[in-house]
Amino acid sequence: MELIKFTVEDQQGERQEVEAPTDMGLSLMEILKASEYPILATCGGMALCATCHVEILDGQEGLGDATDTELDQLENLPEYFPTSRLACQIRIGDQLEGAVIKLRGEDVV
Amino acid sequence: MRCHLIDALPQIGGQLSEIYPQKPIYDIPGYPEINAQDLVDNLMEQAKPFHPTFTLGERVDFLDRQEDGSFIVTTSDKTSVHAKVIVIAGGLGCFEPRKPVLTNLETFEGKGIHYMVKNPETFRDKKVVIAGGGDSALDWTIFLANVAERVTLVHRNETFRGAPDSASKVFDLAQEGKIDLILSANLKEAAGGDRLEKVILEDKNHQELVLDADYLIPLFGLSPKLGPIADWGLSIDKNAIEVDTRDYSTGVERIYAIGDINTYPGKLKLILCGFHEAAIMMHSAFKYVYPDQKLSFKYTTVNGVNAF
Repeated sequence: MELIKFTVEDQQGERQEVEAPTDMGLSLMEILKASEYPILATCGGMALCATCHVEILDGQEGLGDATDTELDQLENLPEYFPTSRLACQIRIGDQLEGAVIKLRGEDVV
Repeated sequence: MRCHLIDALPQIGGQLSEIYPQKPIYDIPGYPEINAQDLVDNLMEQAKPFHPTFTLGERVDFLDRQEDGSFIVTTSDKTSVHAKVIVIAGGLGCFEPRKPVLTNLETFEGKGIHYMVKNPETFRDKKVVIAGGGDSALDWTIFLANVAERVTLVHRNETFRGAPDSASKVFDLAQEGKIDLILSANLKEAAGGDRLEKVILEDKNHQELVLDADYLIPLFGLSPKLGPIADWGLSIDKNAIEVDTRDYSTGVERIYAIGDINTYPGKLKLILCGFHEAAIMMHSAFKYVYPDQKLSFKYTTVNGVNAF
């Protein structure tokens, strides 16, 4: 099993390194939920709700731009950023190694 | 037993009809594939013989326990329903409008700031500012253009990703001078006295723009919130209600929780599991609804639906 590491900054600004396997077909949203980050992921990963909104603070080159489907959702939000993505549309892979990801979805509370 | 359903959304179906009505679902027994909305429509058809009744577009705000143990349920619009048993099947909570970050937002909520258009007549001959770039912002701009004194649509980008027909209609209305369209600008502040009087924007060059406004309608989609459920004395873990898996009862007598809103060891958030939980819960709830009757277990296949 190959593991990659990246950094997650939560809504309060606290950073933590997260480790994730690249060979299980998981999305970043699934890893964030499994790591008990407070994201809703209402639609379960269909890019239909934007509650897993994240901002890529570092490492955007490898991840690429948001797709049209993601932009359709991001557009509905009161606020989004040039490197905003939906975590459910990012596959865990080598391109995430070393990235810094800030949670931007609404807090679940 | 009779069932009355109250939902904060204006239509039946929760996430299925609100978020992904046209998406196929593959894990409903008996349906290799079914669209979410078709499943909701089928469920409504199946429920019909039992004559359920509905209150839609209202959120349950209060539960008041009566002396006999039953409840009076009161909604956001003050509808009240007497119930012997309450079943919370609230999914991830109630869908509530996403709020923009804007100075004085809370001050003018209900005093000029509305997050949805319930009655378009409210806006007749008024100055209305709509903010947003999605389909509902476009649709309400087009609709209210003929109702309000003046509609201004504020959008942070130069283009719209909503339905191309609606977007081009909005550009046409702006061209004809029937609405004001302000692009590449963000909401900054709401201002006024007792009521909203002005909306202050900031453009991409950080220049302020002040608009006279009787109403501001920010339209940035919906997001589920647990809402008043958190205040009902239930045991809640990570936004879900803890239940006893013998009958999906909560720690409060006569209140049950089923579906995605509940949690227990081994919980799976599947529609399939929600159906199972509902059946078990119903058999437990019977004793509160008909305390003097003995529940006999029957099959629809033997008795038909009218026997129930």
